[in-house]
Amino acid sequence: MSQYQVKAGPEAFLAPAAASMGIVLPDPGEAHIEGRIVPEEEAYEYAARKFLEAKVPTIFPGPLVLWKWNENAAAKAAAIRKLAEAIPARLIPMADYRPKYPKIEPAVEINPNHPNLTIWYNKIDVCIFVGVHCHQANLALKIIRGGTDCYTMAMCAQAGHEDACLSFRDATVEKIQKLQEAVEKLKKQGVKSQAIPFEQFKTACTGQVA
Amino acid sequence: MNKQVESPKGRIIKSRHVKLGTKNKKGQTFTDVNEMFFEAERTASFLTGSEVIREAIKRASVGMSIAYPITPQSEAAALIGELYAEGYLDDYFRGESEFAVMSQCAGAAFGGMRVFTTTAGPGTLRAMENFSMWAGSRLPIQVCVTMRGVNSPLSIQPDTLELSYLLESGMLLWHAETAQDLYDFILKGFIVAEQPDVHLPIAVCCDGFFVTHTKDTVELTPEDLCLTPYDPYKSPVPCMDMECPPIRMMRDPFVMKSNYISYSTHASWQQEVRAAIERSRKHTAALIGGLIDVENNDRDILIVSSGTAVSQGREAIRLLEEEGIKVGLVKIKTIRPFPHEEVREAVKNAKHIFVPEFNMAGWLAREIKSVINDNDRVICGPQVAGGMTLPSEVIVEEIKKYLGIKVGSLAGRGS
Repeated sequence: MSQYQVKAGPEAFLAPAAASMGIVLPDPGEAHIEGRIVPEEEAYEYAARKFLEAKVPTIFPGPLVLWKWNENAAAKAAAIRKLAEAIPARLIPMADYRPKYPKIEPAVEINPNHPNLTIWYNKIDVCIFVGVHCHQANLALKIIRGGTDCYTMAMCAQAGHEDACLSFRDATVEKIQKLQEAVEKLKKQGVKSQAIPFEQFKTACTGQVA
Repeated sequence: MNKQVESPKGRIIKSRHVKLGTKNKKGQTFTDVNEMFFEAERTASFLTGSEVIREAIKRASVGMSIAYPITPQSEAAALIGELYAEGYLDDYFRGESEFAVMSQCAGAAFGGMRVFTTTAGPGTLRAMENFSMWAGSRLPIQVCVTMRGVNSPLSIQPDTLELSYLLESGMLLWHAETAQDLYDFILKGFIVAEQPDVHLPIAVCCDGFFVTHTKDTVELTPEDLCLTPYDPYKSPVPCMDMECPPIRMMRDPFVMKSNYISYSTHASWQQEVRAAIERSRKHTAALIGGLIDVENNDRDILIVSSGTAVSQGREAIRLLEEEGIKVGLVKIKTIRPFPHEEVREAVKNAKHIFVPEFNMAGWLAREIKSVINDNDRVICGPQVAGGMTLPSEVIVEEIKKYLGIKVGSLAGRGS
């Protein structure tokens, strides 16, 4: 069995892909925490605690939930919004995967080709990817693990991400709600959010920050 | 490894495709691959490898196939054309060259179709740039490579050298020993290649003529069942978005930007392609019963090989057994992912490991040497090429010579 653990970085100049280090993705009903396969239920509480312990917890919603390409996407987006309010967490979109030159606006966007700019600029210490295409998510998660100390999580609609420090698979609206419930449950037990106060930015229909 | 990947149930996650259980326009029922292979009754048929390719594609819910003639795959490509005429495929045409065919396959796959093509020998090499492009673009296209000679002097005869050119293409590479393997690998290959965590092109390779033009008994799945269709919504990259990678890369490669971020993204992208090959292990092991087959690996002498060299090795083992020499066998079914842990475990007690191959490079012996301890146990050969057969007696001779047993001269290596 592999000794490799998918920990927060910074790991290496070019961190290895976790799959190449022997980390196998969870099966349905399972999740992974730092490469350790666990029952999904265990991961909800672990993820919720990570969010509440963070100073800058952040959700990175991708195009699969940012655009209403079907009703399920809209329902997921609404659930993500509620999760962000429950933590509370910043919402910074990964609207698409275009390489952006000469630079991105790291306060309000993240790009899979250079995600560390957004992590560093906002001092993000815990994040979750949701609604990002799997290839782009793995790319960004690995680069973040390589170059930052951010603890990464993924709520993946497909098979999960071994390049995240924690990953769910087969994400549904219900699973996002279960994560929100886990956050609320911990709060009721007296666990307080350590998040630095912030204001959620809003974008105008022009795409500019309002 | 954090989790055992071998599935004792021999199953992968059931398809949730919306068309599961419904019928296609030919009256075939879209069926989960587990049910098709592990529950449905099979019928024995006596077919050539080319005919087996046709039978597999008939049941594969392929959207598009593009053909270009080159021996020994031309017959299979023509038979798929007949399937198109009968209404089993949505589209089929002949490309302008192998390079064009593989580029056109990419276009069809980018558009969300299940795509199948065939090639061989110089055709494989002519199309080579596209195979890495397919992998980098995460296109789960299947190409059946009916391997033949690629060198000058030209040979159309069986030779597995071309597989070595594909080793680092980023594709899944499976090597069929028999027509039965070929049938199973084509159908199961689509399912593994299209898993969202894999989503890579796959080359199902077989030895030209030895498999394609030889008749063999093959257990076929029912004709009225077909695979569930490809679901492009599970793709790990967006389909056909001209602004976003991977399509964007065709006109605006990262590498054209001279900065650290571009290089880092490119490197991470390549790592992700190789990671996807690794992820295919658990699906592959479940569907084809492990990445290797092992017979009597507790013996001091093992034959380890892939493709039809395995069949020759099996017969050599029978001949040696008659003389009281006991030899075990390891059949390697997938070259990418390479079954490094499985091979390491299978050969751990062997004193001599013979690797017969149908090529002059000995690429499989090199692969094996690179993953095992004490690799001076590996004897590269016997090797033949250019269409030569590899008689079992030649393998027997090689093993006996190595053991110091006097043999007569058989195949030009002297006695």
